[in-house]
Amino acid sequence: MAVTREDLVSAFRELILTTANRIPADVYEAIRDADMSEDNPLAKAQLGAILRNMELACKRGRPICQDTGTPYLFLEIGDGFPLRSQVIEAFKDAIRSVTREGVLRPNAVDPLYARNSGDNTGRYIPWIHVDLVPGDRVDVKFMLKGGGSEAPSRLVMTPPLKGWSKLKEAVIRAVAEYGPLPCPPLIVGVAVAAGGDIALSLAKKSLFRPIGVRNSDPKAARLEEELYKALNKLGVGPHGFGGKYTVLDVKFDYAYRHPASFAIGVVTSCWATRRATMTIESSGEWRITSKHLYPSNGSCVTG
Amino acid sequence: MSGREYRLRTPLSVGDVERLRVGDIVYLSGLIFTARDEAHKKILEEIESGRELPFNPEGLALYHCGPVARRLDGGWEIIAAGPTTSMRMESVEAEFIEKTGVRMIIGKGGMGERTADAMRRHKAVYTVFTGGAGALAAEAIKRVIDVYWLEELGIPEAVWLLEVEDFGPLIVTIDTTGRNYYEGRRREVLRRAEEVISELASKKLP
Repeated sequence: MAVTREDLVSAFRELILTTANRIPADVYEAIRDADMSEDNPLAKAQLGAILRNMELACKRGRPICQDTGTPYLFLEIGDGFPLRSQVIEAFKDAIRSVTREGVLRPNAVDPLYARNSGDNTGRYIPWIHVDLVPGDRVDVKFMLKGGGSEAPSRLVMTPPLKGWSKLKEAVIRAVAEYGPLPCPPLIVGVAVAAGGDIALSLAKKSLFRPIGVRNSDPKAARLEEELYKALNKLGVGPHGFGGKYTVLDVKFDYAYRHPASFAIGVVTSCWATRRATMTIESSGEWRITSKHLYPSNGSCVTG
Repeated sequence: MSGREYRLRTPLSVGDVERLRVGDIVYLSGLIFTARDEAHKKILEEIESGRELPFNPEGLALYHCGPVARRLDGGWEIIAAGPTTSMRMESVEAEFIEKTGVRMIIGKGGMGERTADAMRRHKAVYTVFTGGAGALAAEAIKRVIDVYWLEELGIPEAVWLLEVEDFGPLIVTIDTTGRNYYEGRRREVLRRAEEVISELASKKLP
């Protein structure tokens, strides 16, 4: 049996539904831990509401947030996978059908003609990045990225001599200046590269690394830890009510830069960071490889 | 910050909201209505031209929200209904409070000085509902009473009159004395940001 177009569409439908309705296990656990250690009563009220919201979305099979975001898709397609050229079209079919059913809010707007396409597809949307890799399966990373939490995101081009101090300053300012608006506690992605586009793209992709998992390079890991601690000194807190948790984590990635350039990309993601990963085999079998919150006997468990 | 809890029911009286202070937590029951950018404009135009509104907003809570709604047999189901950013309505909110007599505004991110001043003069409060918590809000909505200007404005921008039960936590950030919690918080966070930036600058680079 070889994979069919229908297999791809049903796999992607499940991927999109899981992403919109089931919070990743690491995000749920980070909010739960924050709630347990927080003692500011207003921050705690917000964290408690966020937890109840995640659990209700899970039990009712409903979107975690009414802003179901912009779809970002990162594909690693094996060169032996039978339907290479149909993967993207199958994904578009899936997102159109899920939007038609009222699970996703139509969020794709033509900027020139101020028209909403109504189905979450349009010019360059979903935003898709494809890598061709050896093997015969497809590995998928998918994110529904909230609109409000894009607001603090920024690109800073700086002379290399000032690079690292400018990077730290840019991260702190991005989070401090926007306060409650991007729905903290946030996950912050940061990257350094030769060009602005590379830096922002890597910063966005770094958000897929689960909370608490550090960059494998020890220097990069120390930078993540330093920025995480510094950001949590700001006291923005859940929805701006103060307390210990302005961010849940910081992720850093990099590309080799040009001798003359040091591009810094900063991307922020709200507490409702919605992402999932999936593997599709050449036989058509597929499975969701990320852990999420699932209903179980009237309550919720991660798995 | 008090963190005192109140359970209130609409229509809210001046007395109901006058005792609330910045930092209080409210759980609200009764009728609320949604309005975002276009609906503010619409309601103010109707009042301006002397037409009667299809519902009486006096004493109700205005919710800055564009819900995800699904049509059912003979009615509607609200799927997700978290708050939208309130500052977008800052330019019209003072007039809106004065003309409609709403006693509470529910949104996210806080509002500016003109709104705070109108709340002091006309006795209303601004409260924050957890941004993004669309499923939790939907759970508190017991019934869609009616929807107005749906054809003209579309689902997210239309005015939804909703019956809610224990909707919250709603945290008061502007009270009837005109105190505006987020203004002070913003200054405090920016001050700490400068401290943190100079602390980081003195550290060794990676």
